[in-house]
Amino acid sequence: MDLNSIVDVIERPDRGALADWQPGDAWLGGGTWLFSEPQPDLNRLLDLRGFGWTPLAADADGLTISATCRIADLERFLAPPEWQAAGLIPLCCRALLGSFKVWNGATVGGNICLALPAGPITALATALDAACLIWGRDGDREQSVTDLVIGAGRTSLAPGEILRQIRLPAAALRRRAAFRQISLTPQGRSGALLIGTRDRDRTFRLTVTASTTRPLVFAYPALPDRATLLGDLAALPDDLLFEDVHGRRAWRRVVMAHLAGEILDELAAS
Amino acid sequence: MSYSVNGSVTEAEPRPGQCLRTFLRENGWLGVKKGCDAGDCGACTVWLDGEPVHSCITPAFRARGLAVTTIEGLGTAEALHPMQQAFLDAQGFQCGFCTAGMIMTAAALDQGQKADLPAALKGNLCRCTGYRAIADAIDGHVHADGTRNLGAPAGPAVVTGAARFTADVAPAGLLHVKLLRSPHAHARVVAFHRTAALTVPGVVAILSHEDAPAALFSTGRHEIDTDDPFDTRIFDCVMRFRGQRVAAVVAESEAAAEAGCRALVVDYEVLPAVLDPEAAMAPGAPLLHADKGEGAGIHDPSRNVVAEFHSEIGDTEAGFAAADAVHEGTYRSQRVQHAHLETHCAIAWTDPDGSLSVRTSTQVPFLTRRALAGLLGLPLDRVRVFCERVGGGFGGKQEMLVEDVAALAALRTGRPVKLELTREEQFTSTTTRHPIAVGIRIGARRDGTLTAIALRAVSDTGAYGNHAGGVLHHGCGESIAVYNVPAKKVEGFAVYTNNVPAGAFRGYGLSQIIFAVESAIDELACRLGIDPVEMRRRNIIRPGDLMIGTSTDQGDVEYGSYGLDQCLNLVENALVRGAALPAPSGDWATGRGVALSMIHTIPPRGHIAEAAITLRSDGRFHLRVGTAEFGNGSTTTHQQIAAEVLAAVPGDILIRQSDTDGGGHDTGAYGSTGLVVAGRAVLRAAEDLRARLLAEAANLYGPTSWRLTAGAVVDGPRRLPLSDLAARAEAAAIRIEGTGRFDGTPRSIAFNVQGFRVAVHRVTGAIRILQSVQAADAGYVVNPMQCRGQVEGGVAQAIGAALYEHLDIDDEGRVTTPVFRAYHIPAFADVPRTEVLFAETHDRLGPLGAKSMSESPFNPVAPALANAVRDATGVRFTALPLAADRIFEALSDLKAPRAPVLASGTARPSGLV
Repeated sequence: MDLNSIVDVIERPDRGALADWQPGDAWLGGGTWLFSEPQPDLNRLLDLRGFGWTPLAADADGLTISATCRIADLERFLAPPEWQAAGLIPLCCRALLGSFKVWNGATVGGNICLALPAGPITALATALDAACLIWGRDGDREQSVTDLVIGAGRTSLAPGEILRQIRLPAAALRRRAAFRQISLTPQGRSGALLIGTRDRDRTFRLTVTASTTRPLVFAYPALPDRATLLGDLAALPDDLLFEDVHGRRAWRRVVMAHLAGEILDELAAS
Repeated sequence: MSYSVNGSVTEAEPRPGQCLRTFLRENGWLGVKKGCDAGDCGACTVWLDGEPVHSCITPAFRARGLAVTTIEGLGTAEALHPMQQAFLDAQGFQCGFCTAGMIMTAAALDQGQKADLPAALKGNLCRCTGYRAIADAIDGHVHADGTRNLGAPAGPAVVTGAARFTADVAPAGLLHVKLLRSPHAHARVVAFHRTAALTVPGVVAILSHEDAPAALFSTGRHEIDTDDPFDTRIFDCVMRFRGQRVAAVVAESEAAAEAGCRALVVDYEVLPAVLDPEAAMAPGAPLLHADKGEGAGIHDPSRNVVAEFHSEIGDTEAGFAAADAVHEGTYRSQRVQHAHLETHCAIAWTDPDGSLSVRTSTQVPFLTRRALAGLLGLPLDRVRVFCERVGGGFGGKQEMLVEDVAALAALRTGRPVKLELTREEQFTSTTTRHPIAVGIRIGARRDGTLTAIALRAVSDTGAYGNHAGGVLHHGCGESIAVYNVPAKKVEGFAVYTNNVPAGAFRGYGLSQIIFAVESAIDELACRLGIDPVEMRRRNIIRPGDLMIGTSTDQGDVEYGSYGLDQCLNLVENALVRGAALPAPSGDWATGRGVALSMIHTIPPRGHIAEAAITLRSDGRFHLRVGTAEFGNGSTTTHQQIAAEVLAAVPGDILIRQSDTDGGGHDTGAYGSTGLVVAGRAVLRAAEDLRARLLAEAANLYGPTSWRLTAGAVVDGPRRLPLSDLAARAEAAAIRIEGTGRFDGTPRSIAFNVQGFRVAVHRVTGAIRILQSVQAADAGYVVNPMQCRGQVEGGVAQAIGAALYEHLDIDDEGRVTTPVFRAYHIPAFADVPRTEVLFAETHDRLGPLGAKSMSESPFNPVAPALANAVRDATGVRFTALPLAADRIFEALSDLKAPRAPVLASGTARPSGLV
């Protein structure tokens, strides 16, 4: 929709814009969320695309994804065969509530920084140990996703800070992975989105998103038995369980456990 | 750098925060529609360098230097793109508002995406079709045959984006209106401070209760004005729901009008609010309309009761005493929204002679004209109301929700004025289906014979009483009249609350009451161990039986035909034949359910249509009808009916519709009357014209045995082309016109039976529909392709209401589901294929033997689903929707040991990183 309070667009910002940032400014990624709701308090957009970042870069150490990489570009990424966990990429893209047409605008950074519990790129980045590079007015810092996305719609970004890129280490990409997602409707917003991974050193990690207010990671040195895993999930306090129109809390709790059990079964199979 | 759209270059620059959708429309590409303006519905889909995007969430400046393609650039009427042709061939549309975006999406799909349409089309919402026809278009099926399965006359314009919906014109000097809406559920406006708003650049005028006529009216429109209470003002000084219009800001642009609204300061005295209808009836409750007088048509303003009735026919207590089984429960239907993809919109202007014209998105142009003329003090002949193509209605446009403001603003400013609601306003500030709580008690003997039924229905009509009485009366009528029960008791209460108003919605009360009745009968059948179809067979009415709802008076309703027995057989046989899909593997329970419904073919108390048809000088025919086309397909049937009578090809029947300037009267397109009422008027007009043509031929050439054939009147070897006849008549100053009128009486009855086979996941509560079948008793089916589409669309919309949709209001009266991302209407993935079967009947009262079949397919769907879920799980669901999280809760209550033990501890989990 038209954002009629916007009076200026900075199409080619530079790092100086970080210092210049003021209330009423918003960084523009794909715009697919920003333009989907009224934004009466905004009056200036700073276009992240103006930085001209390379969307994706893979090397032996891993995959670097710019914040401005579109979901469409990420979905089309062809991973080397040993990066088994790259199979999660198209699954997570398809878990986005938005259509493939939204993928043509929406960005990786936008999905993470929106911090929706159901954000599937947040889930992907969390499950694959993404290091998030953040540009701030006083320099750069690096954070894990679980430190960046701290609640429903909440991040640790200070006003004006931007997510520059995420980097998925090759070690994580080499893991075996299992993906489960459920929503109230067949292609709806995730009520629970869980990813399990298993390392060569047998470490098992379970990433829980959508059913919880923020991404959570459970790690075990080896595959836990079902009772341990489900017990740990059951011990989550209610206030960590997310509830909205896309699923009630009690339901999310149970489907989360159900999907965790399925992931355990899948990764236990040799 | 400039902008290139469909190969033409513009130097125009978008505004900084402008989205691509409005930029394209401002540059004349009006095939780009606004359905949601939030990236959910896909009606605005265009291509950027060949990649499809939702243009409403694409910053306009991002299109600079790229090749933009809209529906207008995809193909033209003369050279259709293959996908446009495919949508014509399969008639993959009804109202056509979503079609441009649907085609722009479909035409961009690769083979892999076409193989997974549920995923590929999740960004395209269609509220009309139920998606089967869209799938068939993309799969290349051809259904339109040019004869009985005639395609819609507007088809070529729809698939090319040329069809003009309400907002698709841009008069010079157009002003825009934005409405300031109440932030309180109940409040009195104490003071307006306009000064700041009037200084906002571009603001032209501000309208509030100080500027509006004090006259009361109802937004609900009926042939008889007093069918609805007079409880509404154009602008009121009392706010009765959160979202009610407080004032209008008229400005040179939408942006300026928005800024004007933000600058407008209003002081409110907040009043206590009541959001629950039972609480609203209780002593001491805040009163919404205590200020209204005797003549307002409100049953009891001192209890917030807008309509109330009590009836007992037979002795219900004796009936329950004679029963071997009695079921009692309260069944609740939630608040749902029509979600027609074209939001309410009106453009009004005045002519130099002072007359008023209103171009609007309405189902009822003639009734809207009457209301406007009355409210604004204008003679009827100085007001013109018309629509071109209407983007869906479903009852939501049987209301006057925007026309009054646009008209008032046009009269005030002397300039053309547009008021186009946002999607959010559709949810917060228009109308919904009436939520109804139905307490039901029903008894039967061991053999299944029903002995008594008692209903207590309480509807929440919200802040205003539009359609309140009608919906409740109708709901309590056919729902129980379809059964022979010796004792029937009904208590009905339609109650004001400080919620968003309810109004007319497909089914008009029947779906809510039928959910209770058909669930309750099913429950009795379960308890008595009787097959649910057999249970119904034992109790349904047969021709000759009295139809008793709240009265024994049969009025003007007759057994024009009867196909309920056939419908039950058709669905029963289909369910026996088996499911379209196997049950998924895993922890799923499966079950079957059926439900039936009856509907009067025409609304009561008069529904009038007039039609006129003339011979044109080129030998073709010009048909004028008043009813509106919003995807219901009535125009197609009018063309077919007229063509058949006049021995013409359908394309030679040119239709002008829904314009009060056309003359005559038409009550409007509601109650499924497009075919059975307006179609009957068309039939009579065409018959009249045929007689006149033959008479004129006899007059000119002598009275022999002239008869009408294609394009000519003939008499043995003599052949007189109609164009010659027209020329001779014109020379003789004779107007060859046939006219027809139908008053909508007597009325017949139509039936629908729905069957489902479902699987329910025992842990997650997810429902999969494995089979969906509906049998419809539509009389003679004039256009089977189109009628099938009406049934499929009704089933799909009802599946939305049964499984997914709920418009939620918090305890401060705030609608918390104001976007499609929160209010989930069925997308492609959510709708099963429904097998549509027609009973073979011929109605002696309907035109060509036809009966109505637009709103009724909705009615049996929710109980059929609930009955199937009951069969699968053993749990009787008494509230809608049957969403997975709610089913899960009921299942886990039922068998707690099955659910994982999930105590909500507070210790930090050991494995949590």
